[in-house]
Amino acid sequence: MTGTVASRPVGPVPAIATSLRLWIPAGLVFVVLWLWGRDVLPWAFDYPRSWVPPVRDWISDAMKWLMNDASLGLFTFREMTRAIAAVIDVPYQIALGLLSGGATVLGVLVSPIGWVGVTAVMGLLGHFAGGWRLAALTSACFGFIAIFGQWTSAMVTLASVLIAVPLGILFGLFLGLAGYRWRGVGRALIPILDLMQTIPVFAYLVPILILFGFGPTSAVIATLIYAMPPMTRITMLALRRVPSDLQDLGHMVGCTPRQMTWRVMIPSAKESLMVGVNQVIMLSLNMVIIASMIGAGGLGFDVLSALRRLDFGAGVEAGFAIVALAIALDRLSQAFADRAQVPLHVHGGFIARHPYLFGGLLTLILSALIGLAYPAVQSYPEAWQISTGTFWSDLVRYININYFDALESVKNFMLLNLLIPFKRLLIGLPWVGVAGLLALSGWCLGGVRLGLLTGGLTVLIASTGLWEEAMITVYLCGLSVVIAMLIGLPIGIAVAMQDSLWRGVRLVIDTMQTLPSFVYLMPAVMLFRVGDFTAMIAVVAYALAPAIRYTVLGLRSVDPSLIEAGRAMGCTPFQILTRIRLKLALPEIMLGLNQTIMFALSMLVITALVGTRDLGQEVYIALTKADPGRGLVAGLCVAAIAIIADRLIQAGAHRSRVRLGLADERANGDS
Amino acid sequence: MDRVDAPVATGPGGDRMSAPEPKLVCRGVWKVFGHRGDETLRAMGPDPSGDTLSAAGLVPAVRNVDIEVGEGEIFVIMGLSGSGKSTLVRCLSRLIEPTAGEILFQGRNLLAASDSEMIELRRHAMGMVFQHFALLPHMTVADNVAFPLEVQGVSRAERSERAARMIELVGLAGRETAFPRELSGGQQQRVGIARSLAADPELWFLDEPFSALDPLIRREMQDEFMRLQSVLKKTIVFITHDFDEAIRLADRIAIMKSGAIEQVGSPEDIVLNPATSYVREFTGAVSRSKVVKVTRLMGPANGGSPVKTVQENASIADAAPLFNDGTDCVAVTDAQGRVTGHLARPAVIDMMLQG
Ligand SMILES: Nc1ncnc2c1ncn2[C@@H]1O[C@H](COP(=O)(O)OP(=O)(O)OP(=O)(O)O)[C@@H](O)[C@H]1O
Ligand SMILES: [Mg+2]
Repeated sequence: MTGTVASRPVGPVPAIATSLRLWIPAGLVFVVLWLWGRDVLPWAFDYPRSWVPPVRDWISDAMKWLMNDASLGLFTFREMTRAIAAVIDVPYQIALGLLSGGATVLGVLVSPIGWVGVTAVMGLLGHFAGGWRLAALTSACFGFIAIFGQWTSAMVTLASVLIAVPLGILFGLFLGLAGYRWRGVGRALIPILDLMQTIPVFAYLVPILILFGFGPTSAVIATLIYAMPPMTRITMLALRRVPSDLQDLGHMVGCTPRQMTWRVMIPSAKESLMVGVNQVIMLSLNMVIIASMIGAGGLGFDVLSALRRLDFGAGVEAGFAIVALAIALDRLSQAFADRAQVPLHVHGGFIARHPYLFGGLLTLILSALIGLAYPAVQSYPEAWQISTGTFWSDLVRYININYFDALESVKNFMLLNLLIPFKRLLIGLPWVGVAGLLALSGWCLGGVRLGLLTGGLTVLIASTGLWEEAMITVYLCGLSVVIAMLIGLPIGIAVAMQDSLWRGVRLVIDTMQTLPSFVYLMPAVMLFRVGDFTAMIAVVAYALAPAIRYTVLGLRSVDPSLIEAGRAMGCTPFQILTRIRLKLALPEIMLGLNQTIMFALSMLVITALVGTRDLGQEVYIALTKADPGRGLVAGLCVAAIAIIADRLIQAGAHRSRVRLGLADERANGDS
Repeated sequence: MDRVDAPVATGPGGDRMSAPEPKLVCRGVWKVFGHRGDETLRAMGPDPSGDTLSAAGLVPAVRNVDIEVGEGEIFVIMGLSGSGKSTLVRCLSRLIEPTAGEILFQGRNLLAASDSEMIELRRHAMGMVFQHFALLPHMTVADNVAFPLEVQGVSRAERSERAARMIELVGLAGRETAFPRELSGGQQQRVGIARSLAADPELWFLDEPFSALDPLIRREMQDEFMRLQSVLKKTIVFITHDFDEAIRLADRIAIMKSGAIEQVGSPEDIVLNPATSYVREFTGAVSRSKVVKVTRLMGPANGGSPVKTVQENASIADAAPLFNDGTDCVAVTDAQGRVTGHLARPAVIDMMLQG
């Protein structure tokens, strides 16, 4: 989920020989401390409660003060946030009214756009962006939603997305522009974006809830925070990549700064910017689903309440509707991105210049008129709906009756032999030792600054008093990542060299990545009910896509002439794979590992819903208790773990790239 | 005004007219890249060597350059890659600020111009063609060409009318609705040329406009360029790293080496009297007859009236075929067809034998 930024190696990085000489004694000290230190230095194992600064209370008090006493002169802080919420509420209510609720205009009840209208307009959009095939796909997706009786919820979700996406694009674009224009702003933005992307979403739901009140507008604001960072990053990157020639051109024809931005820079960067738009759309959908917890309603709420009732049938149906919506929106936005390079120039009247706009309006009017006569065109008749709910419930019951023992024994075996021992091991480690080892790794990989960062962040986690929860997070995340890599690497290696296979696999993982994280919980819970093992399965499924993708990308980007050279030297295919391909693909594979960890962490927090005991649970409890301090502190711990992992791996990847001669010592792969 | 009559400071053509105020003057211009380049440069005194600057961790891309470009002249800046040509021309157009020095455009100090004055100047008085075309990928040929006018706020009707004229001028009529990526390199650069001319600038910068093109297309574009200039008569600063191109196009050439100008002069001057060994290396391979103009070898027009004539801007190599049939003497004429002198066979043969 995270576009990460490599930290620059600062200061001398120790050579491998010295680092070995360091690692052996460091390891010895660690083992000694771990095995025999508990009695001598109890504080090194259990961070003393009295040392925990009451940060969470400070945060909660600050929130209280903000809400009750803070005043900005003419109006209070609370009035300001509520005013913002009210402003966002206006377009949201309009969108909701159009898509789902209808509205009373001048005393007349106007019904919303019917399902035929929406589906037809989506088809038109699909045709506009990608021709007949896309038109068929998008209208099929929306038809599917109607047929399976998810229409109303889906439209509520769509309304939130429709409001959040333009706002996310706009804010992201402007922040990115500011970051591009003023170097200082850009530099300050990077760590903020890092935090925005690594703090689990649940953690900022509470403050938002408190500031903006329970309801769809809060959900929209949470979605903004979640979906904006990639747009900002991509904007900055894309603008920096605009050829300097084009900037010179802009200056030479006498562009004012504003013309420079809007006539030269942004249009030239359009292709990359559209990738950002696609990201905003997909992340918004993901978040709108999650934000059902703070009143977004819609499909997410259906899944959530089904999960709570353990009503799998209803949950799966809503889940499929989310998938349909995700696929339609993703393919549409991608088609628009591809299309961005082909502007049309048609001359003529309004209709000739805007055939699709005209067609869309016509469709809407026609479907509304026909809808008056035939209600079935307006709202999909219940009698025609197909409910698969009972089918899924029956299926789950069938599986549970017939395979209960098998599933249960797999689960227990894994729990007893892998999960629990590993968890015990991690919980038993002294935090002082862990901090020391991480600092040492940071120093060896990236220099003094990285060492200070990783060690410091570890101590920070311990100082929140959430060490045990953090270790449970690390254990679940670590195991899931290892399993995901163990599955993803061989799949990646197997498909990398066969174009047709890779095309198929890519379609699958592309689709997997468009699915909101919530969807992954459903089947896992169905088969294994709640608990750590279920959480692990869901996390592995969610984090598999990047593991495969980066492996394949790495393997495929190896210079073919090197492989030919290997073949000419008489390497066997196995030698070519292990000695050349995998070795040269290592930096990419490490970035894949990095992404896998980020995906795993973001999913892990959501699995709090199925009863884990990690930091995610802490955040989730804070959410249910509306305790902003508790949630944010735990959320910052998750962010700290993510940042430690990210920086270490980036530094490692950079090092291996240097060793392979793919990058030079000084310059760092600024991503 | 024919280009041979251009008021050049040296060379045979220039002396005959009283040279007016040069269009563009550049005095003691320095560009030093690196941290605090200006302070270091000032601290090092009037003319520090490149080595002392490099030792201070700076890149002296342009060193103490003085040039004057006359009205209607094609001034070519020639140098190898990295010699600072682009940097110099970017200083002249003030795309980057020179570290030191003075640039006068029509007697007016460019470096003192405010941002808005610069915008006005660039909109109406300067045009530039880029090595890699710098076409806006999201715009059609017509829109690209009209872009400078759009920026100025010219009305749509006038814009498209002027753009159409420019496209016609560079021979791309019919391709107005194409996108840059649908065009060949040569065609793309024609669009770049049309665009740079759309606002009818007086001063025309071309930074290696043909370097990215194949040799054949390059040749064709050079001819095209000469044809355009014979109609338009702009003041031109043309950059190239190709000495043959410089000789073909230039009224005067400035040869640059590591940021400094080695020699300025007409192509003949440079070939016949290279100032430094560096310049001699370039000129060694050039056949003189292609450079030397008939005016240099012609005698006074006395006695007889030869049947054949040759334009006075022709080179000896151009005129040589006229003597193939044993003709002894050819009349040299100016642009209006008046005879200005006679070219005798022995002089031509001498020159041709020298290579
Ligand atoms: N922005 C910059 N920062 C630092 N050094 C620069 C910068 N731009 C150019 N230089 C340096 O200035 C010198 C001259 O560069 P310039 O681009 O002017 O050369 P050029 O003659 O145009 O070469 P080419 O024929 O390759 O275009 C080079 O050594 C280059 O590395
Ligand atoms: Mg250059």
